[in-house]
Amino acid sequence: MAVKKAVARTEAAPGAIPDFSKEQELHAYREMLLIRRFEEKAGQMYGMGLIGGFCHLYIGQEAVVVGMQMAMKKGDQVITGYRDHGHMLSTGMQAKGVMAELTGRRGGYSKGKGGSMHMFSIEKQFFGGHGIVGAQVSLGTGLAFANHYRDNGSVSVVYFGDGAANQGQVYESFNMAELWKLPAVYVIENNKYAMGTSVNRASAQTDFSKRGTSFNIPGEQVDGMDVRAVKAAAERALGFARDGKGPYILEMQTYRYRGHSMSDPAKYRSKEEVQKMRTEHDPIEQVRARLLEKGLVSEDELKAIDGEIREVVNAAADFATHDPEPDPSELYTDILR
Amino acid sequence: MPIDILMPALSPTMEKGNLTKWLKKEGDSVKSGDVIAEIETDKATMEVEAVDEGILGKILVPEGTQDVAVNTPIASILADGEDANAAPAPAQKAAESAPPAAAPQPSPTAAAAPAPQAAVPSAVANPPQVKSQPDPEVPPGTEMVTMTVREALRDAMAEEMRRDADVFVMGEEVAEYQGAYKITQGLLQEFGAKRVVDTPITEHGFAGMGVGAAMAGLKPIVEFMTFNFAMQAIDQIINSAAKTLYMSGGQVHCSIVFRGPNGAAARVAAQHSQDYTSWYSHIPGLKVIAPYSAADAKGLLKAAIRDPNPIIFLENEILYGHSFEVPKLDDYVLPIGKARIARAGKDVTLVAWSIGMTYALKAAEELAKQGIEAEVIDLRTIRPMDTATIIESVKKTGRCVTIEEGWAQSGVGAEISARLMADAFDYLDAPVLRVTGKDVPMPYAANLEKLALPTVADVIEAVRAVTYR
Repeated sequence: MAVKKAVARTEAAPGAIPDFSKEQELHAYREMLLIRRFEEKAGQMYGMGLIGGFCHLYIGQEAVVVGMQMAMKKGDQVITGYRDHGHMLSTGMQAKGVMAELTGRRGGYSKGKGGSMHMFSIEKQFFGGHGIVGAQVSLGTGLAFANHYRDNGSVSVVYFGDGAANQGQVYESFNMAELWKLPAVYVIENNKYAMGTSVNRASAQTDFSKRGTSFNIPGEQVDGMDVRAVKAAAERALGFARDGKGPYILEMQTYRYRGHSMSDPAKYRSKEEVQKMRTEHDPIEQVRARLLEKGLVSEDELKAIDGEIREVVNAAADFATHDPEPDPSELYTDILR
Repeated sequence: MPIDILMPALSPTMEKGNLTKWLKKEGDSVKSGDVIAEIETDKATMEVEAVDEGILGKILVPEGTQDVAVNTPIASILADGEDANAAPAPAQKAAESAPPAAAPQPSPTAAAAPAPQAAVPSAVANPPQVKSQPDPEVPPGTEMVTMTVREALRDAMAEEMRRDADVFVMGEEVAEYQGAYKITQGLLQEFGAKRVVDTPITEHGFAGMGVGAAMAGLKPIVEFMTFNFAMQAIDQIINSAAKTLYMSGGQVHCSIVFRGPNGAAARVAAQHSQDYTSWYSHIPGLKVIAPYSAADAKGLLKAAIRDPNPIIFLENEILYGHSFEVPKLDDYVLPIGKARIARAGKDVTLVAWSIGMTYALKAAEELAKQGIEAEVIDLRTIRPMDTATIIESVKKTGRCVTIEEGWAQSGVGAEISARLMADAFDYLDAPVLRVTGKDVPMPYAANLEKLALPTVADVIEAVRAVTYR
């Protein structure tokens, strides 16, 4: 593959955060609320024994995937690790199919064979759902390679956490992506803890936007709790990659409210720290407050939206509870094509 | 005393080469470091530098000579005042000092089966031909052409790349260098840099990238310079390539071929000499192919590239330069998962694949002289394994010996033994025996390396044991 000459570039400075229109605010509100309510329900169902194994909730980080998705175009791919429910819902995958996969039922996106960490949708260009920390970065770079090979104008959006950012293959991928100017946007979701290890205890360089510096990959730190800031940064990054200028890194500064997985009591951080984030920075409350302050909607209208979302989530939970388990014959299908 | 310049070995597996050009004439003065000749190996054209100073005396091997064995004197260097004709080259002495693996091969027409050189010949140096059994995949009367395994592999890739624009090859040194082992020779020139992609030395990363590209619908051929390096990438091969179809409920498949040389080469020690056949054969979701002949290498690699599943295609560096007859057909594609009876026999079944076939076929020749007719099965595909063909043979012979260079514990031979015990117990007249590599990391020293690998004698001994002779 020909190695293109490096282009001169300036670090895109995140300027003032542009306001959302009423429609955009409402869209973001709905999308984030769907993820929040879905995850709360999943946590509840896990407690009831309907969901087994590992279950990593996305509560608190909703603005990241929703803001990114608002800037993406049809054909752009998404790939992530195992904290993936929010990513799937944001691409438009159905809550029913996701929840039924969590309960291991035949109507799940992977027919019950993948579970919480492994779902895919070719239709929505969602490529998983990967359980090995960091593996999705090489895979997502491969999706970008395919876009470049086909010259189809699509960008691969590759999500990973502050923990995965310390894996070696991330840098192997950065190197190749920049070398070949692949259209990839690397979204590092820095939620401050890699399982129970805080960023400061695991990372020599805690400014993850600089993790591409030695490859000349531009990066920026983004307030990942503000959906408007996410969308604005996503537009810069996606535009850069789509223009053939190569990969771009977005460090999303975000926070997960729950433990690493359902079995994690999160003793490595204080209740006050969590509470402060929830009350002062909650991504959904921010939108809600703006909508009300500006008088764009009434409390009742928001309540109506809440009701609709609850219905969707309850229907998904109901389906996922009553859908049959996979037929035993499915044990031996889908091993080879 | 004139100093001999010997034909140098320019790679670990080189046994002979062509002397393409002399850059110095008889009578020229030579300083150490001067380039005196060019030698073409099966991988590259290399310059030969003088080590000693003096006058180039007699040129013993003229330029244009093909297949000059390693360690053959090719010229002599004279000190001042010495006469070129006074001291004939001590060819005998040089030949004696040559290591056994570099014994000259007399026949440049490799299609002809080399004559056995000793009571227990080195199977590796002289690969036997598979010609006793006609291949059902080849129509009668098909013209056969002689080609090396290396050429067959390259032709397979080139043909499939012409056929399907989604097929591309990536790996270290595959493009501009023309392949570390010259398997991708000429592909860059024909298909361009977009489809013949030189990667950085980054196995884990480019294997994962290949899998991602396959998930997006492309059909990558990922070359590992050797499978030893694929250990860095094995997570992506197994966790991402092999399991995704299942984990996605059949939605996302990976049409990808991981290929490259596997197992011991020659004198490259423990980290570069491992046989991974049994490792990959353990994994549901993978197909594992390990061909022996050039025809199978071609037909099976074409099939592998077309297959919608992740394929591990295990080649063997020592076999790359060996020539076989390949049917001249426009589109020679073999079925994956089918073994072939390479030699018919009634007394014992030998099961081998890849370079193991060299031991099996040589042993069968020797055994025939002793009145034991061995049936040799070339397994060709390790997963899915063609157990039916093995069982059919064992029903006839009642005895089985497996041959592999890999280690015995949890090896492929162990799997074959278990299957025979479960499914053909009543037909066995003796325990299944395994001839394998010894249970040690591969040593470097020539004698120890030889001891670590299976031998034809090991196979013969195992056959005598199972036939109680």
